[in-house]
Amino acid sequence: MISRRNFLKKTALGLAGAALPLAALELVDPGKLFAQVAAEKTAVRWVFLVDTLKCVGCGLCVSACKLENEIPYDANVTRTWVERYVLTKKGKLYADTPKGARDGYASTKIELGHGEFQDVKAGEIEKAFFVPKLCNQCENPPCVQVCPVGATYQAPDGVVLVDRTWCIGCGYCIMGCPYGVRFFHPVYHTAEKCNFCYHRITKGMKPACVQACPFGARQLGNIKDPNDPVTKIIRTQRVGVLKSEYGTKPQVYYIGLDEEVR
Amino acid sequence: MVHGEIWTVKELFVAPNEYIYWSIQIVMYPFMTGLVAGAFVLSSLYHVFGIQKLKDMARFALVFSFALLFAAPMPLLLHLLRPERGLYVFFTPHFTSAIAAFGIVFFTYSAIVASELWFLYRKHLVGVFLALRGKQDKTITERIRFLIFFALTLGVTDVSEEALHRDEKAIKFLAGLGIPVACFLHGYAGFIFGSVKANALWMTPLMPVIFIMSAIVSGIALCMLTYVVTMEIRKFLASRRKALHGRYQTTEEIKSVEISVIQMTAKYLLVFLVAAISLEMLDLIFRGYTAMKSWDVLRSVIYERDFADIFILQYGLGNLAPLILLLLPGLTLRRTVIAVLLVLTGVFMMRWNVVIGGQSFSQTYAGYMHYHLPIVPQDLETLKEGLVGALGIFIMPFALFWVINKIFPVFEYESGH
Repeated sequence: MISRRNFLKKTALGLAGAALPLAALELVDPGKLFAQVAAEKTAVRWVFLVDTLKCVGCGLCVSACKLENEIPYDANVTRTWVERYVLTKKGKLYADTPKGARDGYASTKIELGHGEFQDVKAGEIEKAFFVPKLCNQCENPPCVQVCPVGATYQAPDGVVLVDRTWCIGCGYCIMGCPYGVRFFHPVYHTAEKCNFCYHRITKGMKPACVQACPFGARQLGNIKDPNDPVTKIIRTQRVGVLKSEYGTKPQVYYIGLDEEVR
Repeated sequence: MVHGEIWTVKELFVAPNEYIYWSIQIVMYPFMTGLVAGAFVLSSLYHVFGIQKLKDMARFALVFSFALLFAAPMPLLLHLLRPERGLYVFFTPHFTSAIAAFGIVFFTYSAIVASELWFLYRKHLVGVFLALRGKQDKTITERIRFLIFFALTLGVTDVSEEALHRDEKAIKFLAGLGIPVACFLHGYAGFIFGSVKANALWMTPLMPVIFIMSAIVSGIALCMLTYVVTMEIRKFLASRRKALHGRYQTTEEIKSVEISVIQMTAKYLLVFLVAAISLEMLDLIFRGYTAMKSWDVLRSVIYERDFADIFILQYGLGNLAPLILLLLPGLTLRRTVIAVLLVLTGVFMMRWNVVIGGQSFSQTYAGYMHYHLPIVPQDLETLKEGLVGALGIFIMPFALFWVINKIFPVFEYESGH
């Protein structure tokens, strides 16, 4: 038997509960909230422009990146690297990236793995070029999609970041990236990747690789700013992106991209 | 050294950050969950579809599935670089990731298996509890047993005909519910691989279905193997003691039950084996026929580099040989044991060829990576993700089965169901 006191108490409680609008119960999504606030404040979407025609394969960008971002210098992983492509007159493709081109391409010998090298004579070469690689800061990043704990996320300005304090080291993001830009940090044992030197660009500085490049092959830009020189090039010239077939909408644009670039 | 560097050998054009990041423990993960799901489906064939001949196998398969369940998430935990953060998957699941659903799927499934087991063994639990309660001057072991069984009865001691009938209904319901959940648990493991668009070998919508079929195959095979082994031990004990031992009295009686159960189960194994092979062949033919951009490198991996692993160990020894062995008339126990061992090897090789094979070519499609399984551990990494770690995971369910069998005896009690 319910007492009068209890009956009144429960009725009041029930009414109060019913009066509470359903909207009040909606969970706050910190990501959405952050994006909303940030989008209003900033009109920035970072993009990158690589002019492969200017790259000479000196590797200064790679060593600058390693030092700036504290990736152990001799560890065989890197946030950015430069690839060398050599096509012979017979139609054979040779490509390599020894130590990510950290020390530049001083030798004409092409690395084949297992400690073997192939020397292609200058007369046999049809065309040869260098292609710098870095994180594409995709508009539709598969690495963010597959992270089981939300340790990797996309900032409102488009850069994909990793929270080292929350990454569990499952490696799913490394598997999910079609560009091979991710790896495990040898010291922190968490997922690691290029973030356009986020700590620098948010303070108005250039990324380390951009600053280190003596030939201006690397440039950072804000695609939302129509007066940005990088934006102008992307909008008015013929540029390409890597592996667009994956639907990731990569935001690193290339001038002089070749069909052979992987 | 960078993670993965110690067991990866690169050849030709491979990007600097590419290594075999998912190693032996990720081979073990679908292998173990496959065994769990398969064992459960086998037990459900009796409870749901009332296949009487599988009655003996069903109870055994359910208890074994329960033992396997604890071992299933272990490989995932061991492969993490920050295993101490493993629980974050449950705390802050990011639901666009296939891995994030693991906690929900796994615990739902565990709850179903545990409840079914409880209903199945309730009569036994209550019986032991009442017997121990009535006993004066209990020894320490008896007192511990009493407490364990008291807890396991969950305070319900009603074992009237009516109550047992209700139990049976619950078992049937749970077994039926468990089939789709078990398939989901494992199909979902297939989804983890099949949805990786960056990997040309993994990405196919067939992956979850292929995984489910091979899971059931492996689960049935392992149940048959363990069943035969335990029956052989019982036979040995019965002949040595020449006394009453459980339900069956003589070696002949055990043998006749054993062979009929095995022959019946073998038929189901065959059905699922044929389904699994068909799907895998479909996948292979389709890839060759459509010959997308990645086919050149895939073909060189499938038909050249991994030929022995795929066509000899997986399809030849692991699928074709047991198919013939099981189809030949007059199936004997010895032939069955050989066949199921081959089936298990085949399914293991299938997991290996998917996980390791999928990482044996570079995303440049112009280079290769070779995996060298660490045999002798040199550090924690090679211990966890090496032969020792993998064997530990494989032995775990058998050790657990031995313990669980003490509380939920598979052979030594007369079931009401």
